[in-house]
Amino acid sequence: MEKMDLKLPANFETYNEARQKGFLRMKEMKEQGARVVGMFCSFVPVELIYAAGALPVGLCAFTEEPIPAAEADLPRNLCPLIKASYGFALTDTCPYFYFSDFVVGETTCDGKKKMFELMNEIKDTYVMQLPHSRDAQALAFWREQIIAFQKKLEEFYGITITEEDIRAAIRLKNRERDVMRRYLELGQLNPVAMSGYEMGTRVDAGSFSFDLEQRCSEVEKRTAEVLADWEANYKGKPTDRPRLLVTGCPNAGVREKIIRAVEEMGADVVAFDTCNGIREKVEKVDESDPDVYNALARKYLNINCSVMSPNESRREYIGAMIDSYQVDGVIEIVLQSCHTYDVEAHFIKRFVTQEKGIPYLNIETDYSQADKGQINTRLAAFLETIEK
Amino acid sequence: MSYFTGIDIGSTASKVVVLDESGVVDRFVLPTGWSSKETAAAIADRLSESGRPVDGDMKVVATGYGRVSVEYAARTVTEITCHGRGGYALLGRSCTIVDIGGQDTKVITVEDGLPSSFLMNDKCSAGTGKFLEIMANRLGVDLGELFALAERGEPLAISSMCTVFAESEVISHIGAGERREDIAAGVVDSVVSKVAGLCARHGLKGDVLLTGGLCDCAYLVKRLSQRLGTAVYTDPMGRYAGALGAALIARGGKGRKP
Repeated sequence: MEKMDLKLPANFETYNEARQKGFLRMKEMKEQGARVVGMFCSFVPVELIYAAGALPVGLCAFTEEPIPAAEADLPRNLCPLIKASYGFALTDTCPYFYFSDFVVGETTCDGKKKMFELMNEIKDTYVMQLPHSRDAQALAFWREQIIAFQKKLEEFYGITITEEDIRAAIRLKNRERDVMRRYLELGQLNPVAMSGYEMGTRVDAGSFSFDLEQRCSEVEKRTAEVLADWEANYKGKPTDRPRLLVTGCPNAGVREKIIRAVEEMGADVVAFDTCNGIREKVEKVDESDPDVYNALARKYLNINCSVMSPNESRREYIGAMIDSYQVDGVIEIVLQSCHTYDVEAHFIKRFVTQEKGIPYLNIETDYSQADKGQINTRLAAFLETIEK
Repeated sequence: MSYFTGIDIGSTASKVVVLDESGVVDRFVLPTGWSSKETAAAIADRLSESGRPVDGDMKVVATGYGRVSVEYAARTVTEITCHGRGGYALLGRSCTIVDIGGQDTKVITVEDGLPSSFLMNDKCSAGTGKFLEIMANRLGVDLGELFALAERGEPLAISSMCTVFAESEVISHIGAGERREDIAAGVVDSVVSKVAGLCARHGLKGDVLLTGGLCDCAYLVKRLSQRLGTAVYTDPMGRYAGALGAALIARGGKGRKP
């Protein structure tokens, strides 16, 4: 299969470039007295962090370099994301970790939950106890956890967070969800308006633009540009490139070897059912709920991550996305030793192939380059099964 | 006369099939050796000697892990699609193809002549030809002798999931003075059980056709068939399935039926 280059905008910044640029901005903000809370996962109710006048920052977790150091303390057969998260902290090579006043973790999976105990020896790591179901008891428990996290923020910074602070943060974050969702929904255009590689990179890189208003206006500007470019140059010119949906684990650490690779082989990644995709954006916090904690608890508990049991809603989301993004095939990315996604893949495969009737490919991998050749063969063979 | 050649550069052996408009006109196997590029050159020489040079009226499609080394190929296609196409042509009906290769094992569902889904074991040599080669070496026999021994043995348990650890298990059996026949039978059963596991995970649809270099080993076919609880078909051209599929693609483009 011939390799073709991706079309990327002239000023395109890779994820690593954006991450590094963010270091300097964060340093300046710290020097001006900014409060910074480090975090890893989309289950953390960032509205409370904003309401505390602090900045939530996603900590480094997506490259291979610190993994050998992490393996001195952690077992090798743990997911690369957890090992990298801890490794960056241990080797003090993530400036965002360094600048964080404290870290907030959550009991999403067993590996992370226990890793946070080790991380706590390096920096104050507060852990939210996330329940793994969505019933009334779980909701009540998670609501209490959200209130406890507010107390943690208030005590740590010696401040009082008012309900109005929280409501203002909810409105702002909801606006950002809308803006991001509209950007990601550009993937519904046919033919595609941009590569999935660009789309995913920009969503992840956007998290290093700490001012939410500014982040929104940057993404809105890009959304308008892409749409105008599409109207002028692509609309009405169909291609035979297969349209793919990517689901599964966070993919920032394997974006080059899977998403970029498959697009260079001649497919288009149009939709992401992932943490850095539409998953956290589809449902907003209900601004009309008189109980602000209940509204937050409900929104976050409904995130369709595989740590939830059962998790049928993920299949419903994927089904709806296959239709609205006109998807020809699904690639599920499972990071090695991520048990919840690995097991849930059974249902996803069955749903995609039997109920939706389209091809499905499961790739289990880590952050190393060792399996690049094998992955290329699988991706190429997968595209060959679609191009009939 | 136009010729259509499929070249399958595997990790152990390179297989070549030449077709004309009516059928197979030539086929041969070469060891891949250490350089796929040199193997590709040796194949070109061999084709020239038989009067069908690659720069003549010939279209070449390359497959297998060394496919990119065949510089004179018009196209490269993955071994999954090629085994699917070739296997279908051999069996003549929709089926599940099991290919035990030198460094990976694949299960491919073929419907209406084209692969519709596949599962690959490619991160580990357990359940591949490489595993058999290493164990045969440890027992001081070649592959043919390993199967002959296995047929006379009662399988010993070799339960390690990893080739390196399985080799230690074999060494322990040797150290404990177990019969070579029983160890050999255990080695074959270990591969059969890994391959059957891959089949169970993927699901079998229609008849099962075994392709790849091991399809000539009657004992392995028998054990696999017992393990899967279904007939396992083979074909004298089975080891050429990938090359045949590539040649058919060279001849027929992307059409559904070979």
